[in-house]
Amino acid sequence: MMQAVRGIVRRECRLAFLQPGDVLQPIIFLLLVATLFPLALGPNPSMLNAVGAGVIWVSAILAILLSLDGLFKQDQEDGTLEQYMLSPQPLWLLCFTKVVVHWMLTIVPLLIVSPLVAVFFKLSWDMYWALILTLLMGTPILAFIGGIAVSLTIGLNRGGILLGLLVLPLFIPVLIFATSAIDAVVLQLSYNVQLAWIGALLMLTLAFAPQTIAYGLKVSQN
Amino acid sequence: MWKWLHPYAKNQAAYGLCGQMMPWFLWIGASLFLTGCVWGLAFAPSDYQQGDAFRIIYVHVPSALLSMGLYSGMAIMAFVGLVWQIKNAYLAMVSIAPVGAMVTVVALATGAIWGKPMWGTWWEWDARLTSELILLFLYLGVLSLYSVFDDRLKAGKVTAILVLVGSVNLPIIHYSVEWWNTLHQGATITKFAKPSMPTEMLIPLLLSLFGYGFLLASLVCYRIQTALLANDALRPWAQKILLQRAQKASVIGEGNK
Amino acid sequence: MAFESFSDFWAMGGYGLYVWLSVGITMLGLVVLWGISVHHRHVLVKHVAKERQRRARIKAAKQKARQSIEGGSA
Repeated sequence: MMQAVRGIVRRECRLAFLQPGDVLQPIIFLLLVATLFPLALGPNPSMLNAVGAGVIWVSAILAILLSLDGLFKQDQEDGTLEQYMLSPQPLWLLCFTKVVVHWMLTIVPLLIVSPLVAVFFKLSWDMYWALILTLLMGTPILAFIGGIAVSLTIGLNRGGILLGLLVLPLFIPVLIFATSAIDAVVLQLSYNVQLAWIGALLMLTLAFAPQTIAYGLKVSQN
Repeated sequence: MWKWLHPYAKNQAAYGLCGQMMPWFLWIGASLFLTGCVWGLAFAPSDYQQGDAFRIIYVHVPSALLSMGLYSGMAIMAFVGLVWQIKNAYLAMVSIAPVGAMVTVVALATGAIWGKPMWGTWWEWDARLTSELILLFLYLGVLSLYSVFDDRLKAGKVTAILVLVGSVNLPIIHYSVEWWNTLHQGATITKFAKPSMPTEMLIPLLLSLFGYGFLLASLVCYRIQTALLANDALRPWAQKILLQRAQKASVIGEGNK
Repeated sequence: MAFESFSDFWAMGGYGLYVWLSVGITMLGLVVLWGISVHHRHVLVKHVAKERQRRARIKAAKQKARQSIEGGSA
């Protein structure tokens, strides 16, 4: 079982290194969106500071949405997905591993560019810290919920916009709690409540999403 | 209970059951809803704070409550369909979805219209209105997911999963939006200033609520019938009914000429 | 009756526009839903009737073709 998990991790990482574009493009997209906002709103530092948390989170959500499209695409095209479904290993574990690896391949570049975005929006050190914490805890939820939607739309060629329509409403709680955590820093309040909520959502998602993804794959693949 | 329900899993029997219930629901619903509206609009005393603007409640609250009610109806049907593998449950689920979407639009529109005299603006980022808007997006997602599949059964199963995921998320979304709202706007004017309504205001509200519910139930019955006919269009029982309808329609059509 | 006269009822204490607009939208929603549902049923009935006629025509044409072949060989 662990061997299967290790195999998937190794395969995904190798694929990512072979096609670095797939990993880097969402991040470049995030940087671009984050650049558009100061250009649209004007470079007033206090205003940028006020909208920064929201803008960064919204662009992170859009970037993750873009990257989700390819979560199972290649596996489906080259038949690996069928092999996963036929394998004696529990399908939910394979899905769990795939989503986690996918998340790590998205979040690491995102964390690398995050100081740049923080400078763009004149975030203070505490705000930046809150941003990193919420991104680390919140984005896995997005990846898993998105994974469910991807598993449902996998057979379709026109996944893109439909995927957004399906998952963006479900991302709202994470967005609300994450941005309000960063806003709480500005008011010099503790943001434990928000982090606790994101943590609870994360636990809930981890408990149910892998099985749901596996079930969705079974339904949409036969 | 499942033994009793099981015969109705047969499509023809389900068609017959819907056909029997529909006229009852329609007439009960129409009479209750009209009574409730006329009573509420003309005879109930006006509110001491909001004056006569509060009378929007008699059309707003039924649609707002039933927009959530229809989503839970969809979720129940999705659950029944996935757990007991009953195909007709998917048909019922997708028959509810457009009704729910339209009711949500009505609830949003009447809420916004109520907001204009009360808050002075057509759109206020109020917790109720915002969650209603997100509910509309969920309905639209369900509708568009169902429409992209060619295979109806697969579409039903896939949509059922989405509906269940949405129904788990809906309370969380509702709570988070409410929390966000209290965070950003100290004290808003709550629509229902008084915790308990006097009886002479409450009775017409209940009448219009149940009336609207029965009206929508009859509509859902009618839509389920259509879905059953479309699903079984090649089976003898559906062919017979469809042929009768076609003949009736052509007779009327020729009469018009 | 909560109102003195019919014009009072119509005016709704100055909120007439809002109250009647929301009542109208609610009724319009119901009417539109019924209209769409009846239209769907109508389209279905028409489609199936057409399909039936088409199949009958194909059957008739096949029979005719078979008859002519049999007639030619005989």
